[in-house]
Amino acid sequence: MSRGEDAVVSRRTVELFVSGLLSIVGIGLAISNWKLGASWAADGPQPGYFPFLLSTMLALASLYGVFDALRGRHGARGDAAFVKRDEFVRVLQVLVPTILFCLATEFLGIYVAGFLLIAGFMRYIGESRWISCVAVALVLMASLFWCFEIEFQVPMPKGPIEDRLGY
Amino acid sequence: MDGTAIDSLLHGFVVLLTFKNMLLMMVGIILGIFVGVLPGLGGPNGVALLLPLTFTMDPTGAIVLLSCIYWGALFGGAITSILFNIPGEAWSVATTFDGYPMAQQGRAGEALTAAFTASFFGALAAVLLITFLAPLVARFALRFGPPEFFAVYFLTFCSFVGMGKEARHKILISMLIGFLLAAVGMDTVGGSLRMTFGFSDLLRGFDFLVAVIGLFGLSEILLTMEEKLAFEGKQAKLDLKVVWRTWKSLPRYWATLIRSAIAGCWLGITPGGAIAASFMGYGLAKRFSRDPDSFGTGRIEGVLAPETAAHAAGTSALLPMLALGIPGSGTAAVLLGGLMIWGLQPGPLLFVEHADFVWGLIASMYLGNIAGLILVLATVPLFAAILRVPFPTIASSVIVLCAIGAYAVHGAVFDIWLMVLFGVVGYVFKKLNYPLAPLALALVLGDRAEDAFRQTMIASRGNLTVFWSNSLVGSITSLALLLLLWPVLSDIMKRLRKSGDGVPTGAASG
Repeated sequence: MSRGEDAVVSRRTVELFVSGLLSIVGIGLAISNWKLGASWAADGPQPGYFPFLLSTMLALASLYGVFDALRGRHGARGDAAFVKRDEFVRVLQVLVPTILFCLATEFLGIYVAGFLLIAGFMRYIGESRWISCVAVALVLMASLFWCFEIEFQVPMPKGPIEDRLGY
Repeated sequence: MDGTAIDSLLHGFVVLLTFKNMLLMMVGIILGIFVGVLPGLGGPNGVALLLPLTFTMDPTGAIVLLSCIYWGALFGGAITSILFNIPGEAWSVATTFDGYPMAQQGRAGEALTAAFTASFFGALAAVLLITFLAPLVARFALRFGPPEFFAVYFLTFCSFVGMGKEARHKILISMLIGFLLAAVGMDTVGGSLRMTFGFSDLLRGFDFLVAVIGLFGLSEILLTMEEKLAFEGKQAKLDLKVVWRTWKSLPRYWATLIRSAIAGCWLGITPGGAIAASFMGYGLAKRFSRDPDSFGTGRIEGVLAPETAAHAAGTSALLPMLALGIPGSGTAAVLLGGLMIWGLQPGPLLFVEHADFVWGLIASMYLGNIAGLILVLATVPLFAAILRVPFPTIASSVIVLCAIGAYAVHGAVFDIWLMVLFGVVGYVFKKLNYPLAPLALALVLGDRAEDAFRQTMIASRGNLTVFWSNSLVGSITSLALLLLLWPVLSDIMKRLRKSGDGVPTGAASG
């Protein structure tokens, strides 16, 4: 078995983690809503009543999930990999650039950030030639700009470059 | 036959038949086929992404554009299933079972024609149902007050939990998360702040469009990357001779078509959705076949059955949305959100107050599906070529589109971050078999269900028996509870039957 086939984490562990996290969230929200007033007033429920009920149910259902994962009835499927190493690398190859793209949007605006994401992604993941990366990204972002800013007038976050161009 | 329905429909055609609306229809269908072909873009997020473009349009034009995207996506999903063995949409997974073998045997043209025609047939059956049933349901629903509406919402949620295929606690968890997210922010009855924890960005609450784009869009890109798609396609040649020969052979399969159409309509109205319907259609065709073992080797029924059912379900999911304001599928939920953004209140009053809009939409379902059938037959080679575009180009463009869609909802960069977070949650949930549709549904309906409940309680001074105060609301509430407890009941019945057969071990204790 090559290293790429190794499991990063097993399915059971992730099941446990997700159910456990949701139980904590459920309990936390239940407490927050209890403080807001979750009892039954004369004219029906108080504002916290529904969220309190929902978060308590969420906590209970997730605790059942914890129990279900621990019981290990799912056998081989539970021990199977949630994600294998080479799969995980490929997921990160999308996720990390996406996060960087969001960061860049805060400073450069969505059009420049989008251009960088598409061109960079095509170059480093898709291994296309530089010239086609830049051309495709430029055409795509320019047509989006035309579509949103000019044709339909739905403003998007813009940065210093659009500022210079007078938009 | 209901004469008023026909009159209203003709009026709808008059509303629809303007140059602008016809153009929007064509654009919608082509965009939809595009969305259906691309892995990572589907019905719910494809429609959600384009929703911002319609903010400044009139509602009729907007719904024509968006619903045609949906029809196009339903058609387009079949192209990649048959030619590439990659379902472009979850509802065309069942189409790959026999569609791809047919393509391998050089019968791609036949399979594609069968798929599109079956889709058209399924949609037509559902539209006829909507034309004649929706006005009746709406007229009936005009008598609804808050208790009845809450009972119907309750019925929808219970049928999800009771009828879903996934583990019950996972369906419940997914739905509860949706409800809780809907409750964040300003309380619509009392005006107090809930679960904002001092973050001003949370005052608005969570918008379901942002959630849908992340949960269904970005997560799909992550999953597709993980699986490392390799496109190995079969050539698509569609000439008129093949189309004509396939059409001539179709009447032979009338039983399969009708069976699938009925199953599809049923699952569309009860919130089963197109995905469940396509599998059910395939399963039914196999069970009733004289030669069930030959399924999976390239039988034309294996393409006809799931496509008919999926399209019938996808279309009829709009019936409860229009008549009651309750979406029957993820995409219908997004369209419902669109209605609210354009300032229309979904529900029975829509048929009275905005008859132009409703009948224009229903008329566009007829025309849209006819135009869709012709367009999709004509453009198969073009769309099959899209998959020769390398996936990194598609993936990065879809990510940018998702960000634009999320931002446009409120004009807040915070929502782009939320969308990414929902994308990661969607990826993890899909891998752990948590269903996502209940989350989206609860997020859309959560506030309205709570409002209906609290208005009921204010009127009845906190008395819960109001949900059994007349035969109408009482039977809806009882049916809901029955559906909710259905898994438990059927389990008990199975055990009872077992013990009746003389299997004593442990059966009595259950």
